[in-house]
Amino acid sequence: MRTLKRAGAEVVALGLAAVVFLVPFSLMLLTAVKDQSQAADLDFSWPAEWRIVHNFLEVIQARDYVLLRAYVNSTVLTVASVALIVVFAAMAAFVLQRRVGKVGKVADFLVLSGLVIPPAIVPTIWLLQGLGLFKTLPGLILVEVAFGLSYAVLLFRAFIAAIPRELDEAAQIDGCTGLTLFFRVIFPLLRPVTITVVLTSSVAIFNDFVNPLYFTPGDDNATVQVTLYNFQSQYNTQWNLLFMDIVLITIPPLLLFVFFNRRIVAGMTAGAVKG
Amino acid sequence: MTRQDAGPRTGPGPALTRPPAGQAKRKSAYPYALYLPAAVVYLVIFLVPTVMAFYFALTRWTLFDSTFVGLDNFRDFLSEQNLRIGFTNTLFYAVVTSGLKVVLGLLLGVLLTSKLRLRGFLRSVVFFPVLVSTVAVGITFSALLRPDTGLVNKALAVVGIDGPDWLGDAGTALLSVALVDVWKGVGIATVIYIAGILSIPRDYYQAVAVDGGGAWHRFRHVTLPLSWPATYSVIILSFIGGLRSFDLIWTMTRGGPGFTSDTIASIIYKQYQAGFFGLSTAGNVLLFVVVTAIVVPLNYFLGKRQVAA
Repeated sequence: MRTLKRAGAEVVALGLAAVVFLVPFSLMLLTAVKDQSQAADLDFSWPAEWRIVHNFLEVIQARDYVLLRAYVNSTVLTVASVALIVVFAAMAAFVLQRRVGKVGKVADFLVLSGLVIPPAIVPTIWLLQGLGLFKTLPGLILVEVAFGLSYAVLLFRAFIAAIPRELDEAAQIDGCTGLTLFFRVIFPLLRPVTITVVLTSSVAIFNDFVNPLYFTPGDDNATVQVTLYNFQSQYNTQWNLLFMDIVLITIPPLLLFVFFNRRIVAGMTAGAVKG
Repeated sequence: MTRQDAGPRTGPGPALTRPPAGQAKRKSAYPYALYLPAAVVYLVIFLVPTVMAFYFALTRWTLFDSTFVGLDNFRDFLSEQNLRIGFTNTLFYAVVTSGLKVVLGLLLGVLLTSKLRLRGFLRSVVFFPVLVSTVAVGITFSALLRPDTGLVNKALAVVGIDGPDWLGDAGTALLSVALVDVWKGVGIATVIYIAGILSIPRDYYQAVAVDGGGAWHRFRHVTLPLSWPATYSVIILSFIGGLRSFDLIWTMTRGGPGFTSDTIASIIYKQYQAGFFGLSTAGNVLLFVVVTAIVVPLNYFLGKRQVAA
């Protein structure tokens, strides 16, 4: 009787999950492979005509291959920002964790402010323009790094707290301090949390829509998320192409998910629960 | 002797001693220079604009030159007919999304830490939307929520309910967007709760079992109070996210119909688009004040309860 009840509950849970979470994704996939007139219905009918290759090519070629350029831009943006975030945040977190004092308190306060304060957007544009970095990829990279540092510092800091200080001391006796101590002894030990930071911040930056919208307007430095926004206004009726675009830009996060599912989840929890 | 000279030895765990001042000989093994790269980027790109915002909010501003106009921008922003709506909408949105994420996250967390056979699969399914871009989610749900052809209303029609125009109706637009936000974000809340629940010592559950307590008893007297740190994290994270949220609202309704689903963040963007940079920045300063005024006391209050629990 109990097992029967449990089996029943499991079926219900599975069914609900399927409806609530998988239906939207099947709509994406179905619509992406339909022809234009059938796609306009936005329903769950079976595709009368499979236009996978055709839609794919049309999305890629649209607006002078903007999607390919956007893919390159997004990749450069994500890789560069994440690399800088990892190195900068790990170094700062190391000192923040190890060296308590007035400077540390100020730094601590700034890290928390970075999590809470909404970025002042137009003044940031003004500043980037002053530096000659507005509408450029390096400018956007700096913005993503500045906005992403706080969370990464917190993750690194929690992890560094678990590394015994004896290790630092042993290294010091061998003559390692500062940069050498950090890069030769500490940083290699941070690998698990580094992977977490890489995964979470690359998903966040690759999927970011707001910052590219403000800081790199125009097609030249478009990122993949913004192409979606462009498609939406240009192909207001061409739902099949819009959804093909959605499917194409969902592939990188999907791959991350397939390969690192467990690690992502473990990392999110490591950072999220302070207790 | 030599060992002690090598530096203040505090052992593992939190540092309790501060490094002795005036030790000229011993250069710290943790030089502040390691802060430098992070500090430079953070100060220049984040802090300078944040501080400058307080000045530019008081000006009429074209990015190239600015004339000081005092509090005019704030007056304009606050007398903007849609602003009062935007203000309440922002609060409503943050409360609804974080409230639902707590409730659903806790329920899913309990379910997915139970002895379910499909646990692993279900965890993945619930978490996946977190990784999909907000804009893609917004577009997909706009399709699902269309009044006549959308799946949601078709399903409701089967049961005999005449569904509303979810995104086109002033009464439901903001709530619909908030629900989609919950759909996308509940995976994070769930994962946080899973971690919180798994860190509860098993002994408590055994104690309840010895006392003959049932499932409800276990939940009410063990899981619920002891997953408080998780609740705290979920509330703070999703509340801040809710107060600032922009991309989902922009993708799904553009603040419409009319101004009925505008939030502070979408109004800021509209003012920016229209070229009112000073006004937009004033909006940003207001958002800053609102977020701080809510999150700091909330953090204090929740933190106090956490100690008590």
